[in-house]
Amino acid sequence: MDVLTRVPVREQEPAVRAANFEEVCLGYNEEEAMAEAARCLNCKNAQCMKGCPVSINIPGFIAEVKEGNFEAAYHVISESSALPAVCGRVCPQETQCEGKCIRGIKGEPVAIGKLERFVADWAREHGIKPKKAEKLNGHKVAVIGSGPAGLTCAGDLAKLGYDVTIFEALHQAGGVLVYGIPEFRLPKQKVVAAEVENVKALGVKIETNVVIGKSVTIDELMDNEGFEAVFIGSGAGLPRFMGIPGEQAMGVFSANEFLTRNNLMKAFLDNYDTPIKAGKKVIVVGGGNVAMDAARTARRLGAEVHIVYRRGEEELPARKEEVHHAKEEGIIFDLLQNPTELLVDENGCVKGAKVIKMELGEPDASGRRSPVEIPGSEYEIEADTVIMSLGTSPNPLISSTTKGLDINRRKCIIAEEETGATSKEGVYAGGDAVTGAATVILAMGAGKAAAKGIHEYLSNK
Amino acid sequence: MYPIVRREKLADKIYLMDVKAPRVAQYCEPGQFVIVKIDEEGERIPLTICDYDREEGTITIVFQTVGASTERMVSLQEGDAFEDFVGPLGCPSDLIHEDIEELKKKKILFVAGGVGTAPVYPQVKWLHEHGVDCDVIMGSRNKDLLILEDEMKKVATNLYVTTDDGSYGFKGTGTAQLQELWDNGNRYDHCVAIGPMIMMKFVCKLTKELGIPTVVSMNPIMVDGTGMCGACRLVVGDEVKFACVDGPEFDGHLVDFDQAMRRQAQYKTEEGRAMLKLQEGATHHGGCGNCNS
Repeated sequence: MDVLTRVPVREQEPAVRAANFEEVCLGYNEEEAMAEAARCLNCKNAQCMKGCPVSINIPGFIAEVKEGNFEAAYHVISESSALPAVCGRVCPQETQCEGKCIRGIKGEPVAIGKLERFVADWAREHGIKPKKAEKLNGHKVAVIGSGPAGLTCAGDLAKLGYDVTIFEALHQAGGVLVYGIPEFRLPKQKVVAAEVENVKALGVKIETNVVIGKSVTIDELMDNEGFEAVFIGSGAGLPRFMGIPGEQAMGVFSANEFLTRNNLMKAFLDNYDTPIKAGKKVIVVGGGNVAMDAARTARRLGAEVHIVYRRGEEELPARKEEVHHAKEEGIIFDLLQNPTELLVDENGCVKGAKVIKMELGEPDASGRRSPVEIPGSEYEIEADTVIMSLGTSPNPLISSTTKGLDINRRKCIIAEEETGATSKEGVYAGGDAVTGAATVILAMGAGKAAAKGIHEYLSNK
Repeated sequence: MYPIVRREKLADKIYLMDVKAPRVAQYCEPGQFVIVKIDEEGERIPLTICDYDREEGTITIVFQTVGASTERMVSLQEGDAFEDFVGPLGCPSDLIHEDIEELKKKKILFVAGGVGTAPVYPQVKWLHEHGVDCDVIMGSRNKDLLILEDEMKKVATNLYVTTDDGSYGFKGTGTAQLQELWDNGNRYDHCVAIGPMIMMKFVCKLTKELGIPTVVSMNPIMVDGTGMCGACRLVVGDEVKFACVDGPEFDGHLVDFDQAMRRQAQYKTEEGRAMLKLQEGATHHGGCGNCNS
């Protein structure tokens, strides 16, 4: 076999999967994983690890996979990550570990993400659990939010012997892994619920249906319920809209609403009560991973779907794999275009969008070339559903109810990168609540850093 | 799980339940709401808090069956439990933040319509307990649909009951009753109107003419109730607000009711279908020839 090329990973055929919610990627089997692992050069100065926000010992676990020691490989990963089955599926590996892989200089980088996924799936199927702390240290820590940041922070603290309780606002644990990322990319029962169970197996308690800032505040948790430290991993929940005419029409949804109805509330299944509307022709505005998720969900619900994005293909913020999968499934990309108005019929329902063509100008502060409208290029497109996927900003429920917690201009909680420490003693934060909308793995990295910060704080107290 | 410790049928299709939810009962205030979910397959349903008992750790909810999930809620008995019950959500009523002595100087009127009587009750009760007088107009379509009349009698200074068909009390709407009170020389400084959107719209139209500042409690479609989904957005003045975090109470003279009513009807067909499926089972689904399932 050619060492420069990856062992291909099996996927559902595009035409088949565009009509179902089953997972797109089927993953490696044992032989395939071992063959792919054999491509790893086992670099002494492993660049891939530098690309990993939680510094997984990548060459270490791959070396075990190569030998067929899958359980050992799992324990290597578990030292650094609480959610390997999730990360193996949703991390942007191309810009992280795989982006730095030395094998990738001449050929294709080692499929690190697919190998991580294989190891995590294998461990789950064989009932392997992460190792629990031998004894508790008697310190109580509260974690707010059961998304990737919260689960990671809670898992790491539990391994150190802390008595950790996670408070989750929704009725199910997992945060964005449950309400945001669709089933076909991240199976809820098989993968997310199982990873949450692994965190619980470490001794972490999870209390659902508690909205911190409403049901109880951080100050009350610390003053009345005996929590000595708190980690805020509440995510970036507030959807952004464009502020253009017609946005309040019926048939216009935030990607958050559309995805939450479908993923958390399982509207795509007949026996669930929550309704969803995908319509016949859907416009998704935006070009990130969430936009791809919304588009591919609408496609599976039977719609013709257009992604309208104001920059070009190169600038799409979504993972390459998601864009590729979306195209294969028949999503139409209307690039370098931007809606200026949503058109509304006499009943108040959206019936289309007025769209203006764009061209790319000079690079902006983010380094991306900024889109500029082409005067007079406006035209109308039809649609009975419009999904706004323009990113989110942090929810003020916590910052507005916690004394002495500083936020920045963008309403994000201010926290030190190294330790997660905020302006309030004993309170740490990380993930989207601090950075604004980012990725699962960055949130996990922040959860990890905060666990370390909390451990140091409580050890020296 | 959140056990139901009391269940009562108040009127046709209107039920009251006391639910054990200590975390919610600990800090909730009048004007706030909860979201309930019966089981794994159920919808998240927002319901305004009707009463609470901090010592018992219970919350009283009142609901009317309007869709598949509320229809299923009816089958729950005392001893059964909700799988999920979260709150308190939204902001407490503005009234409870005001200076009590200032409130005592005001002539306050509540206009409650239908099941909206339930969220009006804790506010009137709160004012009564703090020694503040207020008048209440409570209306329903007919006598059989009236709820909480006895409870309201105990806490309202003057209670005016109306029915659309005249089967009990004043014949006509709450708005018509308000007009009559005004014509008879009653004056009010502040009005709180809670009920169906169409009722709140007409009360606000009148109070605007009469120059009475009016607060309404909006109950639009919601999913998470924490500001995440944006489904509950509505236009208030020139601003887009989220009922779940900015509300549920708003200045009634600034709310765009027509748009809010349209948005509320967004899932009507889907809800109707789910309800028919529940009521008629296979006889409808697969029976009419138009449905695929």
